[in-house]
Amino acid sequence: MTSAVFQPSQRINVIAGLGLAALVVLSLIVGVSPLSLDKVLSDPEAMHLLVVSRLPRTLAAVLCGAGLAIAGLIMQTLSRNRFVEPATAGTAQSAELGILLVTLLFPAAALWVKTLVAGGAALIGTSIFLVTAHRLPPQQPFLVPLFGIVYGGVIGAVATFAAWQADLLQFLSVWTNGEFSGVLRGRYELLWIAAVMVAIAWLVADRLTIMALGREASIGLGIDYARMMQIGLVIVSVITALVVVVVGMIPFVGLAVPNIVSRLMGDNVRGTLGWVAAGGAGLVLACDIAGRLIRYPYEIPVGTVMGVVGGAVFLWLLFRRGGHG
Amino acid sequence: MIRINNVSFKHRATPILHDVSLDIAKGGVVALIGPNGAGKSTLLSLVARLQALQTGTISVDGLPVDTTPGRDLAKVLAILRQDTTVASRLRVRELVGFGRFPHGRDRLTDEDHAIVDAAMAQFDLTDLSDRFIETLSGGQRQRALVAMAFAQGTDYLLLDEPLNNLDMYYSRALMRSLRSVADAGGKTVVIVLHDINQASAHADRIVAMKDGRIVADGTPADILTPDRLEAVFGFRMRVETIAGKPFALHQL
Repeated sequence: MTSAVFQPSQRINVIAGLGLAALVVLSLIVGVSPLSLDKVLSDPEAMHLLVVSRLPRTLAAVLCGAGLAIAGLIMQTLSRNRFVEPATAGTAQSAELGILLVTLLFPAAALWVKTLVAGGAALIGTSIFLVTAHRLPPQQPFLVPLFGIVYGGVIGAVATFAAWQADLLQFLSVWTNGEFSGVLRGRYELLWIAAVMVAIAWLVADRLTIMALGREASIGLGIDYARMMQIGLVIVSVITALVVVVVGMIPFVGLAVPNIVSRLMGDNVRGTLGWVAAGGAGLVLACDIAGRLIRYPYEIPVGTVMGVVGGAVFLWLLFRRGGHG
Repeated sequence: MIRINNVSFKHRATPILHDVSLDIAKGGVVALIGPNGAGKSTLLSLVARLQALQTGTISVDGLPVDTTPGRDLAKVLAILRQDTTVASRLRVRELVGFGRFPHGRDRLTDEDHAIVDAAMAQFDLTDLSDRFIETLSGGQRQRALVAMAFAQGTDYLLLDEPLNNLDMYYSRALMRSLRSVADAGGKTVVIVLHDINQASAHADRIVAMKDGRIVADGTPADILTPDRLEAVFGFRMRVETIAGKPFALHQL
């Protein structure tokens, strides 16, 4: 018996790269005021639209998508469970609670201060989730995501209650439902830190693969398990906090993309990380473009589009697993 | 040389090991035997610094296991735990390749690849090298894990019940492989075994544990006697000598 192995050849690399490039170009063109790329150089207004709005929006979608997919991959590695991601296991909700509290207490704080507080809150919330997840019986793989959903729900409820008391519910929805329509030059650049986090993940890719083999295998191979856990937690928390603060949370990217890549290519992070990042970027870009087109000229937030697309993918993954036994 | 000095260990309030001291010289195959709950696995995991020492000291080639950097120890000592599960979708070649991680870190050299190939050949995995671990049988998976520990290329190899899941053919093959790496490669293999006859057939030395203490220590001929075995396992069994080696007929 030979197993069906999907080896990414040079050709598939090129096709995937072209696909992502096509999505980027489409994202630059599509919008309320149409933009044709051939006029950009001659028409200063078109150039302005491109540089101030479309390009930042496109880059934001790419950075958020790649970052969230990697955050999901790392979270699945650290919890040794395929069904968790930042949006469903308390990370995003903790970041939302953090930024809500800092907005309440220090409304004049700079955006980077708020991001820092959101990141710290995400770190604490995710640590508590992971400590608990490691105590759940490994024979019951669905307990971990179920616990995550309940745990995230409780933190989200606390945030909603606090926001309601302070009359800040509208703010909260900005952070909980991702949307790129407000992204302009000067308001998304923090997201480049997510790219730095993805680069760090690339540097420790082999260690992440070994971490997925468990604590004992990691220590046996000379990895500082506690230290790697902290690095992974920081990457997940920083990426999630950045996305929550800058555009609002986008669900399911971190769940769907790493799972599909794992199905097709396995779990050797060194080989799959680029695909996970590119897949996340492509998925978020595609959902954002769809959100711009479905009710043209009105927009549907990318978080809503992703909720529908990602939900369908998640169900497919669950049923596939059921079929495997 | 592995030196274990006055090691005691408690899991919460339950004592697991009582003041265990043991020296294991370099080279050869040492089998740890004893009934369930004797503390064999705990002792092995303490040597491999998978659990933190509570009292006593352990050193491997002079390196104290509790203070030596993990990476340095990983070049001296490899461990395969009992019931290791691999949930990741990795190919056999990738998994065995991670055994080389302590040496090259993130890049495998040609020499690393040669060692990985040799480890796969040694454990009859060459034909399976591109298969995902999850598609293998329990015995094949166990061999892949042993090959990974072997590829680590350490002087000391600790194996906790590696014969689980292996049929007679591969149990014998694994024990003979371990024998040959000890004889030809000068390696030290410490192996927890349930089958005392495998220990008798292939080990140089048998250490018997019971209730967290070492109760017997010697050559197979010393340990496999009806009196000694009754003291360790709690019932009397016949011992017959075949081809110069003692075998216990514990099934009767």
